[in-house]
Amino acid sequence: MSRAVEESNRAMLRARDAMDRSYADPLDIPALARIAHVSEAHFIRTFRSTFGETPHRYLQRRRVERAMYLLVQTGQDVTEICYQVGFSSLGTFSRTFRQIVGESPSEYRSRRVPVDVPSCFVKAWTRPSSFG
Amino acid sequence: MGMTLNALTRSQIYVLDQDQALDFYVGKLGLEVHTDVDLGFMRWLTVNVPGDKGREILLEKPGPPALDPATAEQVRELLTKGAMGGWLSITTDDAHKTYETLVAKGVDITDEPTEKSYGIDFGIRDPFGNKIRIGQMRQQG
Repeated sequence: MSRAVEESNRAMLRARDAMDRSYADPLDIPALARIAHVSEAHFIRTFRSTFGETPHRYLQRRRVERAMYLLVQTGQDVTEICYQVGFSSLGTFSRTFRQIVGESPSEYRSRRVPVDVPSCFVKAWTRPSSFG
Repeated sequence: MGMTLNALTRSQIYVLDQDQALDFYVGKLGLEVHTDVDLGFMRWLTVNVPGDKGREILLEKPGPPALDPATAEQVRELLTKGAMGGWLSITTDDAHKTYETLVAKGVDITDEPTEKSYGIDFGIRDPFGNKIRIGQMRQQG
């Protein structure tokens, strides 16, 4: 693998880390492309080839993972969590959550108990998979 | 049980460039060089948290002959994607102050400081893709 691919991977990872940090903000492809030092079209294509999914799908999973965390760890109501993690409508949130997790936010909440381990592992391991 | 293990003394993470690793782990994070010696077949480079010489982290560059070129390439690819699995957890007396210092030094932040039951911690990434967690732990007991 060339040095260029390593640098590209690392740049994509830096952009993905930025999405992880500001997951509740709208998806800002131009800003992410700037972080990765590539054009917008190149960013989406390269992100997908690097991580196996589009930036949009990654952000959805990140938001749903945060929602899963908040549903279990807090007593906030579902609507509040929906907006807090970056969804702008409860309908979209509920539909996306069910599509990714396989059950509604309330059903998910009722079946889980809180855990407390370092956030980076919670983030990585509770993020619902795109890959079956 | 018949045996007793005493302590975790050395662990290893992969880095792409050992000089760049030194600049990051010593220059930015403030770790100390424990050993930096050219063994001929490899540069043995270890660092430790200041004052904790009993726990070394080997900063190893993947490559031949330890790994064949194709496998080394796979390691480099996984590392730069953040998928290699190298992970360090380091404690500090003041998580917020350490966070601000590292932000000022331009270190990549993955998680802002957050309050947990065990303390306050935040996440950073080294220049190669390894995850590092820095935490101000609550007193136990």
